[in-house]
Amino acid sequence: MKSASIIADPNIKQKPAASAETRTVTGAEAIILSLLAEGVEKIFGYPGGAIMPTYDVLYNYENQLEHILVRHEQGAVHAAQGYARASGEVGVCVATSGPGATNLITGIADAYLDSTPVVCITGQVFASLLGTDAFQEIDILDISIPVTKWNYKVTTAAEIPAAMAKAFYVAKSGRPGPVLIDITKNAQMDALDFVYQSCHNLTSYAPYPRPSQLALAQAASLINQAQKPMVLMGQGVILGEAETEFLSFLERSGMPVASTVLGLSALPTDHPQYVGMLGMHGNYAPNTLTNECDVLVAVGMRFDDRVTSNLAYYAKQAQVIHLEIDPSEINKNVHADVAVLGDVKQTLPELSKLLRPKTYPVWLQNFQKLHAVEDKKIIQADLNVEGDELGMAGVIEAINQNCDDAILVTDVGQHQMATCRYAKFKQSRSLITSGGLGTMGFCLPAAIGAKFARPDRPVIGVVGDGGVQMTMQELGVMMQHQLAVKLIILNNQFLGMVRQWQELYFEQRYASTPMSNPDFCMVAESYGIANQKIDSPKALNQAIKDMLSHPGAYVLEVMVKQQENVFPIITPGASVADMCLESPESDVEQMGG
Amino acid sequence: MKKNYNFAIYSSDQTGILNRITAVFSRVNLNIDALSVCETEQVGVSRHSVQVHCEQQVAMRLSKQLERQIDVISAEFREERDLIQLEVALFKVATQSMLDQPTAEQIIRQHHASVLSMNNEFTVIQRTGQYQENQAFLEALTVIGVIEFVRSGPVSISRPLMQAASQTDAVIFKQHATCSPEEQAVAKF
Repeated sequence: MKSASIIADPNIKQKPAASAETRTVTGAEAIILSLLAEGVEKIFGYPGGAIMPTYDVLYNYENQLEHILVRHEQGAVHAAQGYARASGEVGVCVATSGPGATNLITGIADAYLDSTPVVCITGQVFASLLGTDAFQEIDILDISIPVTKWNYKVTTAAEIPAAMAKAFYVAKSGRPGPVLIDITKNAQMDALDFVYQSCHNLTSYAPYPRPSQLALAQAASLINQAQKPMVLMGQGVILGEAETEFLSFLERSGMPVASTVLGLSALPTDHPQYVGMLGMHGNYAPNTLTNECDVLVAVGMRFDDRVTSNLAYYAKQAQVIHLEIDPSEINKNVHADVAVLGDVKQTLPELSKLLRPKTYPVWLQNFQKLHAVEDKKIIQADLNVEGDELGMAGVIEAINQNCDDAILVTDVGQHQMATCRYAKFKQSRSLITSGGLGTMGFCLPAAIGAKFARPDRPVIGVVGDGGVQMTMQELGVMMQHQLAVKLIILNNQFLGMVRQWQELYFEQRYASTPMSNPDFCMVAESYGIANQKIDSPKALNQAIKDMLSHPGAYVLEVMVKQQENVFPIITPGASVADMCLESPESDVEQMGG
Repeated sequence: MKKNYNFAIYSSDQTGILNRITAVFSRVNLNIDALSVCETEQVGVSRHSVQVHCEQQVAMRLSKQLERQIDVISAEFREERDLIQLEVALFKVATQSMLDQPTAEQIIRQHHASVLSMNNEFTVIQRTGQYQENQAFLEALTVIGVIEFVRSGPVSISRPLMQAASQTDAVIFKQHATCSPEEQAVAKF
């Protein structure tokens, strides 16, 4: 294939900027000026040889563009993700070539699966050295292909403004995603005549498919005739900034609504039509009744296998309406009887107009009855803080009682499910969690990014003793920036979720899941971060109050039950309607014990 | 049922786009049976012809995932029966072996092949046609002995006025989306 300069890219149709003026700058300065032109205020990164010209220019722009030095490049990309998800803006991270770039990959993959708009800028060796196994040379473009929405290697300074403009446009438009721009050192050092024209259109890219009026009418007809409909709320509502439109749609239609993990907080948890969370550890009622509803309205979600469980038994009785911006999601996992392509911010109001106002009091009672079963069997016990030991759910409930406007950032595992199940949300963008990739180590750097994005809101990281040790070095960022992130470490001295699976599905053979941990408070202490450790339910409420009232960063280590299980659970391979409310062997164990 | 599907993928001619396209196939562990890339009548646009053997449902999913790539303009797929396909094959044989084989000329003529180049040491024979025909010619040449053999893989063009498999799917999908709920229920079950 022949190679073409991006400047000559026929796909880029640029509108001349009103105040565009040409000035001669280095490529490195062009990178910074491009970021400023895109309205970027904060970037996360780590310097190194191949990106040093850019850092050198950054030194001149410290007042306009704040660079947050992370302690590992994975922290930079997770922080950019946290920033993007808390603010709705594009998160930006910077790393050098070779190991700097490869260390970004996990976070880029996380952003790809969770549709997070992130622009990653990596330095690259001189163009003349490409392909020579030069020091810190790695082909990050090829490595990142499967995990980026778009990526591009810049080898000449003149390409930089157009590449940056396209990167931001691609990252944030349509279904958002991560973009990587790899820039050789010579491109950073050479001069160019800089003029920035933001990108608004690419001929090969249709980010917002036009909704079909026929499909909308068909969807409305199905909903208007439905007896037992149910809405599945996904992250598309948040990404499309369509929370208001969704609420109107919901209240007009009267349908019960359940959320995916990533959809949580798009609707206040206490909304009367909200019936809980979907998925493997979701709520009993919405999972069970997925297989009883007659019309399933999926809004901005992708029928992930953690939501559907075994597809052979998933909602076979239902007519499925799928509102989705990405055509490749239609019919990927679940057949859509009616596909409404488009941005939900546009399609939801159009659909609402065609709906007859309805209510489903009898159908909603079915949810309430099943919720009562779950409440009696699981929730009451989970929230009980009467005993000697603390449970994870009790900690989340204590947060609910003491703070109602926090952004909760979680890691991955049992504490994540406890947070998703029990946290009460009042406003959108209040939960930041690694949904698709399930990245342990996500919490701490993502919480840092979220706090930089929203200094006005409390940011509480909830993390396990396993996950925190994957990116614990980022406490250094909290220290250096006096950043008021509150980190709750739920310490059960196990890799809890893996241990739970070993208990349930691997004959209690606890291979490599018990963990010896450092004293997390001493770790926090060494970073000069206020801290407290509790191990009794009696101390919980006050400890949460202490943490929240402390003006700066805080680490609260909570010793929780060592062998607690998250229930209910859908056994892998089972139907979504076959949720286990308890361990199938729990009765036997109790008898034996 | 698995069939051979030929994808015609149009993209901007960016460096690295081929890797992005092949990654969509290799991700689902599909082996690419034939691949060719060429310029098109439009400046800056490349055409990638990719042949794979898979289920139609998989082909439909891959087509959408290919079109999701930012620099891919379109990705259509068709069954073999909807295509006119040809490939070029070159066969190198020892000149002396060919001269020693009395039926050599007859074999070449019967298979509509022709001698492209000849010297004292070796002879290059060319043949353009269907995969199976070239395969048959290769087998026929075993009496002479083939030193080296190369084939271009199929170059395809759609039969005029035939609908692409991907377009057929789109039509089915649209019809499905516009029929009444009763019809949809029938269609679904």
